[in-house]
Amino acid sequence: MELLRTEHITKSYSSRTVIRDISIRLEKGEFLSLLGLSGSGKTTLLNIMSGLVLPDSGSVFLDGREITGQPGQVSYMLQKDLLLEHKRVIDNVALPLVLRGMKKEAARAQVDPLFEQFGLAGTQMLYPEQMSGGMRQRAALLRTYVGSSGVILLDEPFSALDMITRSQLHAWYLDIMQKMGLSTILITHDVDEAILLSDRICLMTGHPGEIRHEIRIEAPREERKDFDLNPEFQAYKRRIREILQQPEA
Amino acid sequence: MKGKSGNIRAKLLPAGAFCLVIVVWWGISALGIVPGYMLPSPPDVVKAFIRDFPNLMSHALVSVTEAIYGLAIGVVLAFGLACAMDRFFPLEQAVLPILVASQTIPTIAIAPLLVLWMGFGMAPKITLVVITTFFPVAVGLLDGFKSVDPDAVALLRSMNATRRQIFRHVKIPAALPFFFSGLRVSASYAVVGAVISEWLGGFEGLGVYMTRVRKAYAFDKMFAVILLIVIISLLLMELVTLAKNRAMPWLKYRPETAAEKHRR
Repeated sequence: MELLRTEHITKSYSSRTVIRDISIRLEKGEFLSLLGLSGSGKTTLLNIMSGLVLPDSGSVFLDGREITGQPGQVSYMLQKDLLLEHKRVIDNVALPLVLRGMKKEAARAQVDPLFEQFGLAGTQMLYPEQMSGGMRQRAALLRTYVGSSGVILLDEPFSALDMITRSQLHAWYLDIMQKMGLSTILITHDVDEAILLSDRICLMTGHPGEIRHEIRIEAPREERKDFDLNPEFQAYKRRIREILQQPEA
Repeated sequence: MKGKSGNIRAKLLPAGAFCLVIVVWWGISALGIVPGYMLPSPPDVVKAFIRDFPNLMSHALVSVTEAIYGLAIGVVLAFGLACAMDRFFPLEQAVLPILVASQTIPTIAIAPLLVLWMGFGMAPKITLVVITTFFPVAVGLLDGFKSVDPDAVALLRSMNATRRQIFRHVKIPAALPFFFSGLRVSASYAVVGAVISEWLGGFEGLGVYMTRVRKAYAFDKMFAVILLIVIISLLLMELVTLAKNRAMPWLKYRPETAAEKHRR
C-alpha cells in the first residue's frame, strides 16, 4: 500500500536547478534509501517532502492527500541529533506533542512508556549532555517517532557515529521499525549503509539531481546482520558503484 | 566539568591578588609614601566602616533601591527592544547604531541634565541606572537570539511550530547565557550609576554621603563608602550568578571546551 508519493518534483535556487522531475513512492513498512554523491540534491528533496521547502513544480502526497509545503505531516530527523540541551530527554522527546498543544505533563505521560521500547529506560530525566552519542541518536529517533504519522525521513542520522555504534543502531532501528510499523526514507552517501538497511535504493545522480536507477535489495531484513560479508552484498555494491561512477550524459 | 584542583586554583589566584593589593596599599600608607590624610591605611578604612556603619546602611538602602529599580526597568526595556529588533530586522538596522552611539556619552555628562529635567528625587537616579544597565542586556540578548542553531529552528519548523513556539523553545534558551553575561555587567554598573547620579544632587544615598565626607576631607570615610559600593556590587553580581545557575541547570553538564582546558 502506497503511503508517501512525490510527483515530478523540480527545484531551483537562483537559476540553478538542483533536482529535476523526481517522482518516488514509499510503500507502507518499506525502507527506501536515496543514495547519491554530495551535491546531488538529496537534502533538498527531503526538505520538500517534509514541507520545509516549496518545490518550483510537482507535488507531495501522504496517504493520497496533498501535503506540498505543509510542515508537520511527516517526521524529519537531521544528521545532528538536535536534542535541545536545556530540556530533559523526556521533554525533548515530548516536544512534538507539546508543539501540537498538549500540556507538558500529559505529553510526558504519553511518551514515558516508549523509553523502555526504544532501549532508553532510565534516561528520561537526564539532560542530553549526560548521554553518549549513540543514546542521543536513539532519543532523537524516538522524538522523530513521537511526531510521526508512520513516515520517517532520515537525513544521514548515523553518519557522525563510530562504526560499532552505527552498526548497533542500524540493527536497533530495523527492529524498532518492524515493531512500530514505520516506513522510512533515508538519505545517505554511504553505499554499505544503504544496502544493509534498505528494501529499495533510489540512486540520485547528475546535476541537477535525477533518479535514473532503482535497485531492489532482495535479501530479507532479518538476514541482514552479517550481510556485508556476503557475496550478494558485494555484487550490489559493485553495481551501485558502477552507476555512481558513470560519466554524466 | 572542571577538575577539583582547577576549581581551588581558580579561587586561590584572585584571593592572592587581592591580598597583594591590600599589602601594597598598607605598605605605601605605613611608609608614608602618600600622607595618611590622603590615603588612609586599610585598618583606618575598616575602623571608619565600623564606626559609620548605621549611617552607611541608611544611605546604602537608598542607593540600592535606585539601583534595583533602575536595573529591573532597564532589563525589561532591554528584553522588549531586543525581541522587537530580532523580529523586525529593519528596526535593528535603524536602532542599533543609535544604541551604540549612546554608549559613548559619558554618564557624568547626562546626570546633571537628568537632575535638571526631573528634579532631586529618585527619578533622575533611576533613569540614569536604566540608561547604563540597558545596553549590555539588550546587546547580549540580541547576540543570543542570533546564536541560535538554524538547524534547530528548521527542526521545529518541520514539526509545524509557530514563530512564537520557536522563540520560546529555541531562541530564548539559546539567548539565556548571553542575557546573564549582560546582566552581570549591568549589575556592576547599577550601583555605580546610582552613586554617580547622587553626586550631582539629592538628599540621601551613598553618592550624597560621599560628597559630604569629601568636602569634610574625611578620606577614611570616603574609602569606607567605596568599600561598601564594591561589596554591594559584588553581592549583586553574585546574585546574578546564582540566578544563572538556577535558570540554567543543564550548564553544569556541558563538556569543557578546548579553550577552557588550555586555560587550566
